Parts: sequence; C-alpha cells; structure tokens
Amino acid sequence: MSIEIVGIGKRFGDFVALEDVNLKIPTGQLTALLGPSGGGKSTLLRIIAGLESADEGTVTIEGTEATHLPPQKRNVGFVFQHYAAFKHMNVARNVAFGLEIRKRPKQEVKKRVEELLELVHLSQFAHRLPSQLSGGQRQRMALARALAVEPTVLLLDEPFGALDAKVRKELREWLRRLHDEVHVTTVFVTHDQEEALEVADQIVVINDGRIEQIGTPDELYDHPANDFVMSFLGPVTTLEGQLVRPHDIDLVDNDRVAGSVPGVITRMLRVGVEVRFHVRTDGQDTDVLVTMTRGPARGFEVGSKVWLVPSKGALTVPLMTPRTEEEALAV
Amino acid sequence: MLVAWPTSLVVRETFSQGLEGIKTALSDPDVTHALWLTGVVAGTAVVINLLFGVGVSLLLVRYEFPGKRLLSAMIDVPLAVSPVVVGLALVLVYNPRFGWFGPTLDEHGIQVIFATPGMIMATCFVALPLVIREVVPVLEEVGDDQEQAARSLGANALQTFRRITLPSIKWAVVYGVVLSLARSLGEFGAVKVVSGNVVGQTQTATQVVQQKYQNFEQGTAYSVSFLLATVSVLCIILVSFLRPKEDEK
Repeated sequence: MSIEIVGIGKRFGDFVALEDVNLKIPTGQLTALLGPSGGGKSTLLRIIAGLESADEGTVTIEGTEATHLPPQKRNVGFVFQHYAAFKHMNVARNVAFGLEIRKRPKQEVKKRVEELLELVHLSQFAHRLPSQLSGGQRQRMALARALAVEPTVLLLDEPFGALDAKVRKELREWLRRLHDEVHVTTVFVTHDQEEALEVADQIVVINDGRIEQIGTPDELYDHPANDFVMSFLGPVTTLEGQLVRPHDIDLVDNDRVAGSVPGVITRMLRVGVEVRFHVRTDGQDTDVLVTMTRGPARGFEVGSKVWLVPSKGALTVPLMTPRTEEEALAV
Repeated sequence: MLVAWPTSLVVRETFSQGLEGIKTALSDPDVTHALWLTGVVAGTAVVINLLFGVGVSLLLVRYEFPGKRLLSAMIDVPLAVSPVVVGLALVLVYNPRFGWFGPTLDEHGIQVIFATPGMIMATCFVALPLVIREVVPVLEEVGDDQEQAARSLGANALQTFRRITLPSIKWAVVYGVVLSLARSLGEFGAVKVVSGNVVGQTQTATQVVQQKYQNFEQGTAYSVSFLLATVSVLCIILVSFLRPKEDEK
C-alpha cells in the first residue's frame, strides 16, 4: 500500500471537515477523490501532502510514518488548481526548482528538465514566463515541476478545475496516458463525476467529511452503496420512492406492462441527441425525469398520457432521505 | 502650487549667491555633523524597519494568532499619533532618571534618550508603517500557493522565502524602503524631543534647519533644506524609474 490513512479527523473551528477517515491507496494506481465542494476531499489531499495538519489519525506514505513530517520531507508532488506557477521564473526554471533545491549537478538538472518538458509537450516554451502560457500549458508545466523530483506520490487538487471544458477533456485524457507511461501513484481531487469515471482506476466518494464508498468506476456505477453515491455519479430521478437513472425508465403509451406508473408529460426538452421528459405522476409531487435518444422519443408530446416502466436490469436504490424539490431538480 | 512653488523658492534662495550658500553651509562643522548623524540615524532606522517590516508583514498575512487584528491596528498608530507625542513617550520610558527602563539601562552604561539609540528608535517608530503597508497588500495578492508549491517541492522555510516570497514582494519592499528613507530623513518632531537637540552632538539636519533659520543664518538653513529635499526627490525619482520595469514583466 502506497498511502495508508488511519482515523484522520480535522476541524476548522466548529466545522468538521473530516471525521475518522480510513483509506488505503494502492501503489501505481490513479485514484480519484470525488465529492461535492466542501465535502473534505481537498482537505484530505492537503493532509496527505502535509500542507494541512490533521487533528487526529496517522498518514503513512510508502511505509514511512509521515503524520508529522513537514511537506518538504514527504517527497510528494503537488499540483494546485490555480497552477501556483513561480511567476518570476521561466518554464524551465520552474521545472528545475525541486532539483535545484536538492542541489543536483547542473548537467543532470538540465537533462532532466529537457526530458520532462518533452513529456508534457512544452519544449518550445522552455524560456517563456508562466504569464505567457495558456491555462492548460501552465498546468502541464506544474505537473512537470511536480514530477521532476520523482515523487513517491503525485497529488493533484482539482487540476483541471480552472480550465474550460474542451481543454479539460483533452488534459484529462492526456493525464491518463501520462500515468500509463510514468506509473507514479497518483491521487487527484475532483467534483466532476465524469472526470473521475473516465480517468481513475479507483474512486473514493467523500461527502460531509466521511467516505461514502470506495471502488472502481464500474463498481460504483453499477453498485452504488447508497442514494448519495448514485445521485453523485450522474443524473437520477425518483419513481415510486426509488432512485433510478432517467435513461433507465421507458415511456409507453399503454398500461399493458404490469407495475407501470401512469403520468402526463409536462415538459419536453431536446439537448443534442438527448430528449428529456418531465412526467407528472399522481403518486408524487415532483416530476419524474426521463431521458432517451431522439428515435424512441418520437410520438410523445407535452400533454400526452404515458406510462412509466423501469427498464430491464435498471438499477434502483431506495431513497433514504426525503429530498426537497430543489434538490431533486438539481440532480 | 501647494508643493512646487514653495520648493522652487527654497531652490532659488539656496542658489541666490551661486554655490556660495552651500559652500558656507558645508564648511560649518555643526552642519556636516548633523548631516552625518541624519544619515546614520535614517540608515539604521531603515535597515531595522526593513527587517521588522517584512517580518511583521509575513506574520500578519501568513499566520493566524490571537491579537492579530489588534497588531494590525497598532501598526497604523505611528501614522495617527503626532511624532512629538511619540518622542515624549520614548522619553517617559527610557529617561535615565525616572523612565521605566531608563535607570536600569543607564546603570549598564547605555544611554538611549539624548543619544543616537533613542533617535533611531523614534525614527523607526515613525516610519514603521510605510514598509508594512506596502508589503502586506502585495503578499495578500500573491497568495500562498507558490510558497506551498515550493514547500512540496522540498524547499525549507528559508529557501522558500529567499527564492519565492522575496522575488514576488521585491518591488513593494524597495518602494517601502525608499518611502521610509525619505520619511526618516525628514523626521523632526519625535527626534527633536528625544535627541535634546545638542548642537554638534545630537542635532540632525532638520533641526539644524530650524535652528539656523531662527539664528538668522537663512543661507545655511536654505542650503540644508535644499539638500534634504534633493535626497527625497531623488528617492521618489528612483522609485518611479524602478516601477515601470515591474509592469513590463
């Protein structure tokens, strides 16, 4: 186990950021800490890095008890959401920083910096200042800088959070490929479920300072431990007191299927290839959300009387806490 | 009108007899001693202010501790309180006969009041906020991301400060230092109370100006004023030349 976290707790005044968190992060894997903002995932990452100290519990990195080690002795690479580029140094010197601190011979530093810039595709920008780079380039530079010191663990705090959607997608794929090349144990924090599902080997869902579930993307998606995990991993809707994914509900125009729920389409919205229906049923006071591709959606219109049927093999999770209308619409 | 006109009058008066005025002034040993003393006091005060100012700025921006707001408010006190009051307060504390620390220090042969240490303290106190008020906003704006990144890359506190923090606040520090140098050179009230104004011993340049003027040696007074003004103007010009470079970056 590369990182072992035992009984970690952290408070900021009255606010409980983390409570009795236990987690093992395997060597060489890409692990995502996924959860809503303010859920404690960044705090956990910063505790691993030593940038924040835990009130209780221990952190062990590669078998070394690191709970009270200062950040510079932990040999972790840290990448910040807002890059934290050294503004007064050019790209090459930014990347060289950790090596210069370690007093490596000049020739070696130069060679290593060149390799790393090659790796992150920034060779031609070596002599630019960070302010002359785009957001995506800056973040790649930050990554190269963190990798330069050959960290045992690479920690990324919402690394793509400040980038626009397109660059974010590109960098995400690039990170996955990079990880397959470099194989350094990597932990990254994100609130974007798609990012976590796409990139990570293992996902840790954190909410309200506690771990909700740990598992591979498939395990989480197919067997969510509770309604929170399910609703966080993608859109959900409630049907007859059960949480179900909107694309797992079929709309039919007759009541021949046993257990189907009657309702009336109140709203219809087309977003790209997807069509979203809002269906009002008698049993509940919020609309049921149903999504499907365009083809099967033909023939339905606002005001149609329809019957709702969970499709075969649809995953349903009983709703634990009653949701307000606002929350139900938000997910 | 408020600034340029009176200043130009000083220049005109100084050179009303060519360079004669300045020559006379500089040949007066009291004047040269006062100028030298002003340099020593202002120089020392600026160095102390530089170290203390940067330290307190870091403390105020980067650390949380009880009484932080109080400390932050206290920093502005020298700007609010009249320098004469500052001088008087120092006299009350360090006076060798009835001050709080004065007698003890006096027994060990350290004289603060009516001597250079007291004058340095008074000058420091008056110019204290200038460095801090320049550096604090810059530190806040820069944030601690870069410092944390440096720490995670293996730099210790000193390396982080030298390689990361200092370069980013460099210009604020320079500006603060120049401002406090100008302020220190020109300090009158606090130093006058503390120094005792002994001619040729604890008399600074500003005090020479006052004394010479009152003794109807206007020529000398104007000359010394001119010198003081010149240094201050040079300071400001220096800073305005340094600043644009920062914008280019």
